[in-house]
Amino acid sequence: MRRYLADAAVLARKDVLLELRGRETLPAMVLFVVSALVVFHFALPGEQSRLAALGLLWVAILFTALLGLGRAFVAEREHRLLDGLVLAPCDRSAIWLGKVAATFVFLLLAEAVALPAFQLFFSGIDGPTVAAVLLADVGICAVGTLLAAMASAGRARELLLPLLFLPLAIPIMIGGVGAATVEHPARYLGFLGLYDVLFAILAWASFEYVVTE
Amino acid sequence: MFAAAALLLLVSGMTLALYWAPEDVDQGFSQKIFYIHVPVALTAYACFGWGAWKALRLLWKREQRYDLESYTAIHMGTIFGLLTLVTGSIWAKISWNIWWSWGERQLVLFLILFLFYSAYFMLRYSIDPGPQRANLSAVYALFGVALIPVSFLAIRIAGTLYHPAVFKRDGPDMTGEMFAAFCVCFGGMLALAAALYANELTGKRLDERLRDLREALA
Repeated sequence: MRRYLADAAVLARKDVLLELRGRETLPAMVLFVVSALVVFHFALPGEQSRLAALGLLWVAILFTALLGLGRAFVAEREHRLLDGLVLAPCDRSAIWLGKVAATFVFLLLAEAVALPAFQLFFSGIDGPTVAAVLLADVGICAVGTLLAAMASAGRARELLLPLLFLPLAIPIMIGGVGAATVEHPARYLGFLGLYDVLFAILAWASFEYVVTE
Repeated sequence: MFAAAALLLLVSGMTLALYWAPEDVDQGFSQKIFYIHVPVALTAYACFGWGAWKALRLLWKREQRYDLESYTAIHMGTIFGLLTLVTGSIWAKISWNIWWSWGERQLVLFLILFLFYSAYFMLRYSIDPGPQRANLSAVYALFGVALIPVSFLAIRIAGTLYHPAVFKRDGPDMTGEMFAAFCVCFGGMLALAAALYANELTGKRLDERLRDLREALA
């Protein structure tokens, strides 16, 4: 168990280091999410409704995550790294866990800019919204990383990932928007937690089949 | 055999539904679409479940024949899912005079599933045939059966409630005649799906065999 977590941590560190040196994904995610919020300001004409703005915040988060996930396996693909990783003497699902951790960190950093920017441009954000964002991030990264690995095997990679991901992200949207907008969000937060657990287990168990034949 | 059973059951089921089962007090004759809409929807679930079961068998046993079976089942499920959307839409138009209602949970669920399984086909067609494609399709199919209850729960938590809930915890809310007619229709629809599945599978297997033979000759 310890060994397993250490393997995953090493793999996550590799991704974070690559990002620190190359600075390819994170700046793009931050810039994208801020631009999206500005676009959304002009997409809501006249008197702005707080509910509509909160809904759009979730759209921004989802698409920013998609942007990051689309880059998740680029290095592996361009340098044929995945074959090497699969041959490495570690459990295959540790590759998934490491990648999830790295993507989660990037997404958190992007949201650390996005949420204050949302407060500045639109309206305040309460505790349940932040909790829902954190819970949703786990689900987005867990499912998204697996699907990104799948999409990178196909021919139309960039096209494929959003198509594979969006139907699976609809429950996250329902839970997230619900938690951000209703008075008693416990039900929605519980649902997001359930989604995270269920799909994380499924993705963890099936990752091996995605990267091997 | 399935085809004959489907024909017999569907014809008798529709006859029972139209002439024998009593008319619904509130909805009148338009309620009769229930005997098509609900069996089609349940059959779609059955197809998706069957496809996921075959996908699980593929990942487990690593026998490639399961790939084709899983794909064919999901293909059938998608067709029945689309039919569910169409019949549900017609029913909504007659009952509430709107073609689409976000308040109707089953329809929203089927829309999500339809998008999901359309993406399944995109995934399949963007990868070259082989073990990798089989694995990826199987994993995605398994995500589909997890998505069904999760989406259902999400829509239930969030959604407003005015779909006529016929099946409740304390048994179905209809007369015995209606339920009997419904069961015959459901059996017929399942038999129809099985017949289409068997037919499609035979055709696809023949295709594959033909391709192998051509390659051997070339």
